[in-house]
Amino acid sequence: MANVLVNAPKTAKKGQVVEIKALIMHVMETGYRPGTNGRIIPRNIIQDFSATWNGREIFRMKMSPAIAANPFVSFSAVANESGTIAFRWSGDEGFLAEHQVAITVT
Amino acid sequence: MLRRSFLAGAVTTTVTIVPFAAHATPDTLAAVIKEVTGGAPLREGKVTLDIPPLVENGNAVPLTVKVDSPMTADDHVKAIHIFNEKNPQPHVFNAWLSPANGQARVATRIKLADSQKVVAVAETSKGEFWSAHTDVIVTIAACIEDAT
Amino acid sequence: MRGLPTAAVLLAVFTGSLALAQGDGRRSGYRDMSPALQKMQDDDTANPAMLFVQAGETLWNEKAGTAGKSCADCHNDATVSMKGVAARYPAVAAETGKPVDLEGRINLCRTNRQQAPALAAESDDLLALSAYVALQSRGQLIAPPNDVQLAALRTKGAEIYKQRQGQLNLSCANCHDDNPEKKLAGATIPQGHPTGYPIYRLEWQALGSLKRRLRNCVVGMRAEAWPYEATEYLALESYLMERARGMVMDAPGVRP
Repeated sequence: MANVLVNAPKTAKKGQVVEIKALIMHVMETGYRPGTNGRIIPRNIIQDFSATWNGREIFRMKMSPAIAANPFVSFSAVANESGTIAFRWSGDEGFLAEHQVAITVT
Repeated sequence: MLRRSFLAGAVTTTVTIVPFAAHATPDTLAAVIKEVTGGAPLREGKVTLDIPPLVENGNAVPLTVKVDSPMTADDHVKAIHIFNEKNPQPHVFNAWLSPANGQARVATRIKLADSQKVVAVAETSKGEFWSAHTDVIVTIAACIEDAT
Repeated sequence: MRGLPTAAVLLAVFTGSLALAQGDGRRSGYRDMSPALQKMQDDDTANPAMLFVQAGETLWNEKAGTAGKSCADCHNDATVSMKGVAARYPAVAAETGKPVDLEGRINLCRTNRQQAPALAAESDDLLALSAYVALQSRGQLIAPPNDVQLAALRTKGAEIYKQRQGQLNLSCANCHDDNPEKKLAGATIPQGHPTGYPIYRLEWQALGSLKRRLRNCVVGMRAEAWPYEATEYLALESYLMERARGMVMDAPGVRP
């Protein structure tokens, strides 16, 4: 199971713009670095990150090898309804990680 | 006929002013930006690209990009594209947004292989393209361990 | 999440970090970083080291070895039992009667108490546990214990610290005592206090121990690095912690 650290408020007022942060442990090997044997270490990165709020997409990002290891992303979202914010990361070598947080909007 | 269409083409070209084009950009950077804009006008403004001008290590450079936009159904940022000038490949990330975001803001950490220019291009729902760029100086660690 | 500090502690640490200039002229490497990196360290929701802390908390509660015990089975709540512990290492281990650093202490527990294999040096699991334990000393003052063996180790460490070595014929003191805050090839030379270990070093793109950093320095000076198990590292760590006595811990730190 991937090591994920997500930070989103547990409660919000309707219409409030909240900050959502997501951190995940991943080597993000660029595919340009030589290893100790002089050969290039194959690329191994997260390529796609997306977030949904009660199933509707609120953010999507395509990452390249230029994203730092242990990728951190922060974006904003308008709190409209209580429910679940779901996160999904996928990438090379069949990498897939998912995480959910609950939020109450009053 | 030939002359008229030549003139029409010439007018179109001159209207596409881009203060941005006055900066020296390597060809690949210009090419990937053109892939996004499709040749449409690219204007500097509305976009704030926040990167420290001098970074201690190119492995994790904090970057925040914001676009001045009401983020309403009629007028919002659809996508933000970040490009670099001197890494092995020109892309940094693409982010897709909507009115659901409330604010056009993305923060992350990027890798910069060398001192270079970083460019942000924002695409709006009205078909406009806005951009900003920052020159970043990247220093490296003085004592590097061997790769054991 | 248990084990992670409350807002009050975070505020205390932040103000403590601001006060990391001791008044006696000593300052943490935190102060030598750019505001952007300081911000990365201060924000527990963005500090990459916190991923390791989270993994460490999971390991703390996981049963291991033939004894089938977790750290929690003996030490209960780490926020209570481990408070200030990392600030007191290296220390003398009761079981062996010999000095160990924090990673060595964790492995003594693994082998002697949990009857589990020792965790490899610089392995993710060992670093995770070390980061989780070190977090519980954040905001605490470095307080190395007094002991005859430790005193001898510190003396040896001080000698190594001042001894020139390698192709560049430099000693630790040449940079960290004689030229702190000056630049070495664009990088600011810190005073070299181990207040933030284990650190997430951007150069490594990973968490690492003080031992790794010392090894990194020695290789950087073009000197031959001692083998991983060498007592030179323990001697240097002991000396550095004594040199930093009374400074505030800011572990787990971010460094360039």
